[in-house]
Amino acid sequence: MRMIFVLFAAVTVISAGVTAFSRNIVHSAFALLGAFAGVAGIYVLLAADFVAMVQIFVYIGGILVLTIFAVMLTQGLTGVNVSNRAVGRIPALATTLIAGAVMLCAILKTPWYAAGARSIAPTTYGIGNAFLGAYVLPFELASIVLLAALIGAIVISRQESRE
Amino acid sequence: MEHPVTTDLVRWIVLLPLLGAAINFLFGATLQKRFGKRVISFLGCGAVLAAFAIALYTLFAMLALAPDRRFMLDDLWRWFDVGGLKLDIAFWLDPLSIVMVLIITGVGGLIHIYSTDYMHDDASYWRFFGWLNLFTFAMLVLVLGDNLWLMFVGWEGVGLCSFALIGFWYTDLVNTNAGNKAFIVNRIGDLAFVVAIYALFAGLGAVGHPTLVIREVARYAPALAGARGYLGLPMVTFVTLMLFLGATGKSAQIPLHVWLPDAMAGPTPVSALIHAATMVTAGVYMVARLNFLYSMAPATMLVVATVGALTAFLAATVGVTQTDIKRVLAYSTISQLGYMFVGVGVGAYAAGVFHLMTHAFFKACLFLGAGSVIHALGGEQDMRKMGALRHKMPLTFVTFFAATLAICGVPPFAGFMSKDEIIWRAYAHGHFVIWALLWAGAGVTAFYMFRQVYMTFFGDFRGTPEQDHHVHEAPSAMAFVLVALAILSTVGGFAMLPGFIAPFAPFERFLDPVFNSDATRQVFASGLHDRSLETLFAGLSLLAVAAGWLLADLTYRQGVLSAARMSEFAGGVFYRLSFGKYRIDEFYRAAFLAPYLKLANAAAWFDGHIIDGVVNFAASMTVVGAWLAGLFDSYIVDGLVNFTSKATLAAGGRLRRLQTGSINGYLYGILAAVMVILLVRAIARV
Amino acid sequence: MVNGLTLNDFLILGLAVFLLGVYCVLTRRNAIGILMGIELILNAANINYIAFSFFGGGGANYDGQVFAIFVIMLAAAEAVIGLAIILAIYQNLRTIDVGAAETLSG
Repeated sequence: MRMIFVLFAAVTVISAGVTAFSRNIVHSAFALLGAFAGVAGIYVLLAADFVAMVQIFVYIGGILVLTIFAVMLTQGLTGVNVSNRAVGRIPALATTLIAGAVMLCAILKTPWYAAGARSIAPTTYGIGNAFLGAYVLPFELASIVLLAALIGAIVISRQESRE
Repeated sequence: MEHPVTTDLVRWIVLLPLLGAAINFLFGATLQKRFGKRVISFLGCGAVLAAFAIALYTLFAMLALAPDRRFMLDDLWRWFDVGGLKLDIAFWLDPLSIVMVLIITGVGGLIHIYSTDYMHDDASYWRFFGWLNLFTFAMLVLVLGDNLWLMFVGWEGVGLCSFALIGFWYTDLVNTNAGNKAFIVNRIGDLAFVVAIYALFAGLGAVGHPTLVIREVARYAPALAGARGYLGLPMVTFVTLMLFLGATGKSAQIPLHVWLPDAMAGPTPVSALIHAATMVTAGVYMVARLNFLYSMAPATMLVVATVGALTAFLAATVGVTQTDIKRVLAYSTISQLGYMFVGVGVGAYAAGVFHLMTHAFFKACLFLGAGSVIHALGGEQDMRKMGALRHKMPLTFVTFFAATLAICGVPPFAGFMSKDEIIWRAYAHGHFVIWALLWAGAGVTAFYMFRQVYMTFFGDFRGTPEQDHHVHEAPSAMAFVLVALAILSTVGGFAMLPGFIAPFAPFERFLDPVFNSDATRQVFASGLHDRSLETLFAGLSLLAVAAGWLLADLTYRQGVLSAARMSEFAGGVFYRLSFGKYRIDEFYRAAFLAPYLKLANAAAWFDGHIIDGVVNFAASMTVVGAWLAGLFDSYIVDGLVNFTSKATLAAGGRLRRLQTGSINGYLYGILAAVMVILLVRAIARV
Repeated sequence: MVNGLTLNDFLILGLAVFLLGVYCVLTRRNAIGILMGIELILNAANINYIAFSFFGGGGANYDGQVFAIFVIMLAAAEAVIGLAIILAIYQNLRTIDVGAAETLSG
């Protein structure tokens, strides 16, 4: 089991690293695929089958494709200029490491409440009930947010007629 | 009744038009470009005609059953199951709905065929047929739905299609405004309809039978007797009144009739199909379908009959002065719908439905004939610019004339059998005033219809010479439809002869199983049944018709009487009332629209004056304060103030740089803040 | 069951992804790159949610997973709007370098 975890974790971290450090934006975009897929694997490992499917559908099928589209629309399909200029690497690295150290301390020092692991069982039924039960209001609000985002995206990206 | 015949044929009557609509909407543009308009015509007409063929087949299957077992159920699937309410997508075919289905698919199919010629030059031919098919589908759902919600789905669906087809030529603002008006006015009625459904469900739930399936409502309706409803009315009265308010919207009765005349902005086949033959009769159908409820609420019945009679008479008088050929027919439709409501309102449900059917025949024929005239004159709708068309369009003239005889109620045309039955039954159930209104309405109807015939087809041609040259007889498909409808208008009445001529009424007998609840039987039995009196009243009606005809003939054909002089009668008061449509549009504008606009303006004024005033006041106070402070500054602490202002300027100049526009910079700030918070908490805990 | 795996393993994985995301956001001048960094940060948060949901009781309590789905939903909305804004900036400035979009700079 630890082997599988290490495998998925390695895929996730290495892909995320490529995303963060690559000089080529196209490479970054495709490395993001590995990161999302690795995270989906971690979800399965944590008995979250439904969330894993959503992760694959929405992140990989939706957001990632959208991102790659945006890259191509703004860089030109041939990738003439795929610069991914990075600035201020040293202060960024320093800040990140300091923040990481602080948070690592927080993780290790906190006495986490542990009630034992969840049993492996399908979760879709429970999540569906939660959405139509306790979380029905946020659920409906989410639909409105998505609608607003949809309309907003159309309005923003539409080219004004130049009259 | 307990065990309806189950079938899976009925669903195809409904689904075929839907399929036609789907293909037309999804692929119509491509098909039309690739293969021409022929394919669209074939698809559009084919779907409806195939549905008609299946409906005929089921009619014969139904006739083979014993009269009290003529019920077919086609249950597709469970729709929803919420809080004790179990509804299916299911179609319920009984004698009443098969009559409606045959009218919708039969007359509808003929109008589809007519449209292939009429709309031939329109670029969005496929869109027209798509909407027409979708309308047919929605109307079929309305009449076949086995529960009230499914009926409501159809009810809304036909409203949507009506809206889209009125505004079919949407590049013209008048048309889209007419579509909006129809839609909005209908919303008022639909709201009442929904309220009625909820109230009915609540009422039935209170007596232990939570259901909206119509046949179950019929079974449990007697349990509602005496139940208390809302607004201080008994439950049944409340529900039926609200439903009738819904019907006044859809079926253009007073007070919600204002949309129908404007709806004539749509293409003429649409006016014929939706705004004459089918959709506007939905209200009558609904009352007939729920006859077991209405018969339990005499108060509502009286309201229905009164509203119907008033509408019948007033709309007819408006029709007298209109000059637009389609508007005359629109008011005539409103008036005839009034007759139907009187029919169902006095408990003569079969007579009401019968008039619905014959009206579908002759009014469709009239509209399509008018369409043929408009087509021939290149879009001219003003009757004052027509005339003498009977020579150049003999076929249109003959069919139009036959339908005119039918609507006026000249025997033996269809209208005589159906309309006279309603007029007689109004009297037979003891409503003398209603009878008088209907009787006068019949005379006025004869007047305005023959006025229309004479202005359009007789006299001299009053249009431009170019139009005169261009006039032509209807093309073949249109001609075929006109003839078919004219024949139906002529012989359609023989399905139910008045009792004093012969005891021959297979139509009424056929519908009998639908109208057999105890309450309905009681209402029926309470009427007068006197053959000789009935004959006398038929004679009186004929007298009114003859008077109307004669007056029209003297005025508009022979010219003995002057129309201008007649309009001056009583100082022109009546003429102006009629020509101005009783100023109801203006009244609504003054009573509802104007206050609404005033409210909006008042809000704008409040914003512009009060709120801005407060802001401005605050601003001027600040100015005064600043002036005082300025005095204080310049005379007392000048140096200090100068120092302060310089310091502020310098600080502002430096702080300005924080707004760098660099996203990375902001993120550094956020991270730093988070870490500070974490550290502070860690230290504070230790 | 998770043999030998503890909550901390997952939290540290989440931390690693989070830090890479932060680094990505800090160093990129390309707006799309910044957006990718944000996606990584959101994923890190989701790993934590799911891990807490798994180790924190289980049973019929799905709060953590529900929250993760809400985060994914918000990420989708954010990506759509973000990319639309980027396209609008690109149409106006012909670049998506965030340094160039500094009209508001003081």
